[in-house]
Amino acid sequence: MKNPLDSLGQTITLGVVLTVVVVLLIHAIA
Amino acid sequence: MEFVSFDWWQFFIRWCHILCGVMWIGHLWYFNFTQTPTMPKIPAELRPGVSKYILPEALFWFRWGAMGTIVFGLILAWMNGYLGSAIKLGIGDGSLHNTTIGFGMWLGTIMWFNVWFIIWPGQKKNLGIVQATPDEVKKATRTAGLASRVNTMLSIPMLYCMAGVHVY
Repeated sequence: MKNPLDSLGQTITLGVVLTVVVVLLIHAIA
Repeated sequence: MEFVSFDWWQFFIRWCHILCGVMWIGHLWYFNFTQTPTMPKIPAELRPGVSKYILPEALFWFRWGAMGTIVFGLILAWMNGYLGSAIKLGIGDGSLHNTTIGFGMWLGTIMWFNVWFIIWPGQKKNLGIVQATPDEVKKATRTAGLASRVNTMLSIPMLYCMAGVHVY
């Protein structure tokens, strides 16, 4: 299976998804 | 005198933190958005121009930009009085601000670690600064490339936290 990080587009998509996860975590913790 | 007040020094350290951060993330994005995708399109005889001249120089500003960013960032967090709280992600402090900056700090710290302990050691083998077999060079270059992509991915939520902290 190809590593998604080999694709710049998928790297950015993962970064945006991770941002949403981080925002949810911040609001869950604080 | 306002010029030498504590507030001014807080601003000065923040300014240094941002200058180094732009130097660091600017080079990270140059590697990932420009250099890496373009290299396969460059004629083989011209590639040493990038790998022997541009890459070593870019890596110098990249890694020292990362070092300056974390040093000034830690000083700034200490001056602002939230270093301890941010390190523990503001847990138990009920501060959305400290939790947000804490996530940003930890993401930035993971990225700094990747630069100094994965990407740079790998690139030293790639550039021939450290002796390695062709197999070791191939493996180290691949690992450094993936760590660079991980940092590009992490830079998106990291910058959200760094810039967004002023909303909370």
